[in-house]
Amino acid sequence: MSIDLSQFHQVFFEESYEGLDAMESALLNLQPDNVDPETVNEIFRAAHSIKGGSGTFGFSGVADFTHVVETLLDEIRSGKRKITSETVDLFLKSVDCIRRMIQLLDAGKSCDIPEAKTLKAQYEDILERDEEPSSATDNISSDTATMIASSDADSLVKKWRIGFKPELDVLRTGNDPLRMFRELAELGALQVKADVSRVPQISTIDPEACYLSWQLELCADVSKSSIEEVFEWVIDECELTIEPLTDANNVTEALTEKSEPVPTQKVPESALNEPEPLTGSKTIVSVVGGVDVEPGVRNLVEKQATPDKSKVEVSSIRVGIDKVDSLINMVGELVITQSMLGELGRDFSMERLPKLLEGLDQLSQNTRELQESVMRIRMLPISFTFSRFPRLVHDLSRSMGKKIELKMLGEQTELDKTVMERIGDPLVHLVRNSLDHGIEQPEDRLKAGKSEVGTITLNAFHQSGSIVIQIIDDGAGLNKTKIMDKAVKNGLVAEGDSLPDEQIHDLIFKPGFSTADHISELSGRGVGMDVVRRNINELNGSVEVESVEGQGSTFTIRLPLTLAILDGQLIRVGDHVYILPLISIIESIQSFQGMVHRVVGGCDLLRLRNEYVPIIRLSDIFNIKPGVQEIEDGLLVVVEGDNMKVAIFVDDLEAQQQVVIKSLEENYKKVDGVSGATILGDGTVSLILDISGLIKLAGVQRNEYKLVSSDDGRAA
Amino acid sequence: MTEKKTDAAELARINGEIEEAITHEPSEQYLTFYVDKEEYGVDILSVQEIRGWEPATAIPNAPDYVKGVINLRGTVVPIIDLRRRFGIKQFDYSSVTVVIVVKVKAGNREKVMGIVVDAVSEVSNFDHSNIQAAPELTDNKNTAFVKGLGSTEESMVILLDINKLLSTDEDLDLSGIRQATPA
Repeated sequence: MSIDLSQFHQVFFEESYEGLDAMESALLNLQPDNVDPETVNEIFRAAHSIKGGSGTFGFSGVADFTHVVETLLDEIRSGKRKITSETVDLFLKSVDCIRRMIQLLDAGKSCDIPEAKTLKAQYEDILERDEEPSSATDNISSDTATMIASSDADSLVKKWRIGFKPELDVLRTGNDPLRMFRELAELGALQVKADVSRVPQISTIDPEACYLSWQLELCADVSKSSIEEVFEWVIDECELTIEPLTDANNVTEALTEKSEPVPTQKVPESALNEPEPLTGSKTIVSVVGGVDVEPGVRNLVEKQATPDKSKVEVSSIRVGIDKVDSLINMVGELVITQSMLGELGRDFSMERLPKLLEGLDQLSQNTRELQESVMRIRMLPISFTFSRFPRLVHDLSRSMGKKIELKMLGEQTELDKTVMERIGDPLVHLVRNSLDHGIEQPEDRLKAGKSEVGTITLNAFHQSGSIVIQIIDDGAGLNKTKIMDKAVKNGLVAEGDSLPDEQIHDLIFKPGFSTADHISELSGRGVGMDVVRRNINELNGSVEVESVEGQGSTFTIRLPLTLAILDGQLIRVGDHVYILPLISIIESIQSFQGMVHRVVGGCDLLRLRNEYVPIIRLSDIFNIKPGVQEIEDGLLVVVEGDNMKVAIFVDDLEAQQQVVIKSLEENYKKVDGVSGATILGDGTVSLILDISGLIKLAGVQRNEYKLVSSDDGRAA
Repeated sequence: MTEKKTDAAELARINGEIEEAITHEPSEQYLTFYVDKEEYGVDILSVQEIRGWEPATAIPNAPDYVKGVINLRGTVVPIIDLRRRFGIKQFDYSSVTVVIVVKVKAGNREKVMGIVVDAVSEVSNFDHSNIQAAPELTDNKNTAFVKGLGSTEESMVILLDINKLLSTDEDLDLSGIRQATPA
């Protein structure tokens, strides 16, 4: 046995997480009064494969726990038991519990957690109440009844004799008798006896064939079906007999008597080693020669006892085969272009110039396509993030006594993995917010003439190179008077000011702004919408809210498709070229006399329609030599960042291009006002500006913005 | 000595020497170079390559000894002028100005940085017998950057601890480094 199973652990963990997700979503789809057998089967299958996997890898904690879950599921599946909302809740808790255990295992820790024991006790409790519901149900068929009877009879049996004679091919199909025996050993005391009579002459032996068959004695209070389950995968490839033994003492005695004189048979696991190709030759000789092969066995045991601790933190993504295929195609084309250009270069003359240009064209096209496909590999459907919400909504609406339906649209919209990982928390916050503050209690809804059931819609779609995610609720909407009162109290707005609706709504993204009357379990714990906005801004995205009082609110998040590439606008100040993220630019204008006002002791302000926008001079805040001094001679780029508008004064605008973001921190450190660097076409490095950093550097105060945002323009 | 020619062939020769030193001997080998007539040495194992000076992109509000960042085969690498770091008047850069690209340990990561020096000298061997501890001058903490003083037959080399020297802790004033050593 020289296979180190720990190399497959990661795969098992990932599969288990997926299985748990599948269980969770199926459970949420389950209607207790109208059970779809296929859904139950799906849950059962997921639980079963987690159990099988954890058994194989020796994670007995998980296997034991999943076993009871599976038992109950099996009874539901066979119609023996009805599903109730109580059991659904129990299953959901178990999913959490198993996930927790697997996370612990994943982190290389032990998976013993107290809640597993509590839940297990609950299961045993339910399972014990076996008779009552089944006898109460009168529509049980006679078949099922007999089945219950027989399985009940089975469970009285304490000892089982199992004859297991696999076909020669059993190992080639990936089955491992040793694993099955180990699983059996978990059920109770197990004695294994190998029958070597089928083993041929050593000269004719096929190292991959399984010549052995086994007699097993299992002392355990289990049903026949749970033994059969162990052999489930090989049932078609073996002769299997399972018979109950009534007199336990006789059996054990007989077994010890039989096995003693024959040392080879005493160590069944050593015999099991025999068919393994790698250690094969050695152990075969041992078996034939009647020598004890204890060392091999110990080796195996040791290996399992000390699993590989050196855990490498690698996150992986699953990529559709079509994406990989298209990548391979493109690399193929690239190779062809490269060889064509190579040939052209070896023997070049001027008359072949058009050919060269054509080749270079082709090369640039190949490169672009290749870049796009590689980016696509990082893209995952947003359902990965959305999938956690049904559960969240289910649990929260229950605890708040609200009736909520969650709709999800555009789940297949693709998004970069990094963006996806970082958008999860803000989304959870927004959904909780809608649940808690948006949707009203059922009675209030009825009073307002709305349906009792509130709707929260999650919608995702692509729009001009960015992804838009909306959280829409049909609840109460934002209360403008309440927001204004609060804003006046916090000094954000002067008393008596009237602001347009959008600006009032926007106030909820200000720090320290919560209109919740009371602190509930869900929100109002100090993490406000300002954090949501900051997190989204960090991803170069934006968030806005629209709301109609009494009809609901819509939060709209806009995000770039990827973090690795950015659409940039090159700007020039003196000798320096910087890049502004295109997404943050609102407009670029040339200013004329009278548009710019100088505030004494403050910065210049640009009068832009009804607003006054502070002007930031890069030459001042970066301490560089400016090219153009007078604002009238240059350009003003109006950008939005950190929830406010500023105008950046530049000499000139240059090209717009996609740039690959490189980290400046990797070899240097964080620089204020700069979010990263990139390499331009000519090989030089150019810095990418960070708008909120620039605003901080320039020291433009928020209260200044407040002044200018009021219509009368007192700031000027 | 500062006018030592460092043309392409010379660079290739020194790069070759470095490679050889890295692959063959784990001993105390130092790449030595000149900054304002003084000879300094850095552990050869921390040297990645030597290249000619090329204009760097300035970093806003960086200390004056940080000349900016360059593109080193796709990575963004900061360039530090050792003359300015030591508080000496800066040279005008020319095509013979040399940048030593070094790997610096910062925490558990490795950063790549370039240091501008007047000229690269050679690869020398120092064993413990000819390395002396730097004299401790209590009023000057800059000696922390000096690993020791290596002596050859004709001269003395100040051996620098590159990790301490290039740690981004800029508050330390290094202008006294030369006074710290008995030049």
